[in-house]
Amino acid sequence: MSSVPSTPAFDLRAGEYPPGRRLQRSEIAWALAFLAPYLVVFAALVVYPVGYGLWLARDPGLYAELFADHRYLRTLVNTVLFVGIGVNLMMFAAVLLSGLFMRRDWWVRALLAVYLTCWAMPAVPAFSSFHWMLIGEEGLVNGLLRELLGVEGPIWFNNGWLALACNIAAYIWKWMPFWTVVFVAGRMAIPQEIYEAAAVDGATGPRRFLHVLFPLLANLYLVCTLLATLWTVGDFNTVYLVSIGAPARSSEVLATLGFHYAFDAAQPSLGIAATMSALPLLVPLTLVLMRRLQAGEVQL
Amino acid sequence: MSVAVADLGRGVDAVSALSAERGRRARRIRRWKSVGAACIAVLLLVWTLVPIYNIVMVALESKGDVFTNTIWPDQPSLGSFWIVITEGYWYLEHFWEQFGNSLYIGVGTVFFTLAIGSLASFAIGRMRVRYGWVLSNAALLTYVIPASFLAIPFYRIMQIYGLTDNLWSVIAAEVTFATPYAMFIFHQYGVSIPIELDEAARIDGASPVQVYWKIYLPLMAPALVAVGTYALLLAWNEYLYQFLLLSSKESMSVPVALAQFFNSDEAPWNYMMATAIVYSIPPVAIYYVFRRRMAAGLTMGGVKG
Repeated sequence: MSSVPSTPAFDLRAGEYPPGRRLQRSEIAWALAFLAPYLVVFAALVVYPVGYGLWLARDPGLYAELFADHRYLRTLVNTVLFVGIGVNLMMFAAVLLSGLFMRRDWWVRALLAVYLTCWAMPAVPAFSSFHWMLIGEEGLVNGLLRELLGVEGPIWFNNGWLALACNIAAYIWKWMPFWTVVFVAGRMAIPQEIYEAAAVDGATGPRRFLHVLFPLLANLYLVCTLLATLWTVGDFNTVYLVSIGAPARSSEVLATLGFHYAFDAAQPSLGIAATMSALPLLVPLTLVLMRRLQAGEVQL
Repeated sequence: MSVAVADLGRGVDAVSALSAERGRRARRIRRWKSVGAACIAVLLLVWTLVPIYNIVMVALESKGDVFTNTIWPDQPSLGSFWIVITEGYWYLEHFWEQFGNSLYIGVGTVFFTLAIGSLASFAIGRMRVRYGWVLSNAALLTYVIPASFLAIPFYRIMQIYGLTDNLWSVIAAEVTFATPYAMFIFHQYGVSIPIELDEAARIDGASPVQVYWKIYLPLMAPALVAVGTYALLLAWNEYLYQFLLLSSKESMSVPVALAQFFNSDEAPWNYMMATAIVYSIPPVAIYYVFRRRMAAGLTMGGVKG
């Protein structure tokens, strides 16, 4: 855990040179040489594609075309649900579970190691497994339901909403361990004395969680939720591999629908326009996140 | 409790009875808490293991049609692993080449992410080049742009650069998306290394390259390990760019080859899952080896209380 004073992580302005020291001419040349590889990557592989994408998607007619497509509207709803439910459920469960992993028992440590396997496992194998587990009557989930509970499970991918729920579950399975570890670290950074003082004042159990722990973790929670939201909006693998958009593209999200437009329907501009239509959501989130990170209160 | 309170007047005996009662109560609460924790732990374990069990179960099936309506394989066999290792099926005929491609992409991504990221962070954070913070902020902006949204223009641009079906195009993509995170972590970690070290070395006549190589890099070792594993896992996880940019069987990486099984309705799923397990072994092994360091690296900085 960093005990750094409030040096803003990314805010070293020109005025903040260490006293009595300026870069000399030869040093500036070296510094530029050190920066050059990243500048090249940034110009050739970030600025150029972003600009090119915006240029391809510049025609307002594309957006009219999108909104006339009922699949696009359904996809918007799906994306909002996928991100809104998925991220919030995941983050809330992760912050609660991080409490479990603060225990010192050996079996809790062993569980953490097993639990993090989800995160270490590559996405394609993991999501393919979800696909086969949920497909039709023969999948493992319905097999278990039948053998253990005597219930016939639904055909998961025959209903757009059920398929969406499966995608959300798979996404949470893969990424919740990561956030749990982040929150465990956040809890560890809270000094033990605060808990002791709270206990003396009678705050234990749920009251301690609500009035002591949550205010202390609030900023971390907010930053992590924003980051997770941005990443989830851009998530491609889950929907592409778990439900494959079934049935009839009614469980697509923006990232997969854009891909479908561009590569299956050979309309790349329309595909880019579909993904660019998320920018009004992404840009404000990004700005809030950058302000939060620059405030130096939370360091991820 | 009320019994104990009524007894309070009776002196020393009662006080000890009270504290005994309190201790019992605290113990009872603790026991209930442990039971609750154990229940959650069991649920979590099942939740975690079911998809993993599913992969293993399907991979152990001896026949191609996995759907035998059971929750364990009829005749478990390691045959499908043998098929994968010996490339004995036409979807898998280039398996080891593809595995090598994945490894090549992974190692290339790690190397270039570490090199480019650490050089840039050194210039910005240690040499404190003027307006370096602009570049840092721009990098952070890339960090939050979803990679999948840039896939279409990126694909077109790789065509313009003449790099389609070339492993380097994938490495370029992975490095682009891993470097901002690398710079972020390097910067955070670098703040804890006193700048006076660099200055002392400079006064002794070390050139910036020497400071970078002999002081900065050795001291940054933990951050380098953390970011290196992050970059490797990123490359190992990534599918979309590899799928778009690699098309021929010889240049494909394993995830792309795996997803090919979805193209056919008749594909043998046991081979697919066996391939998936073989592909999952390196990152899971790396995770178990570097577990402690990675947890520290992932959450480097954590929160400030």
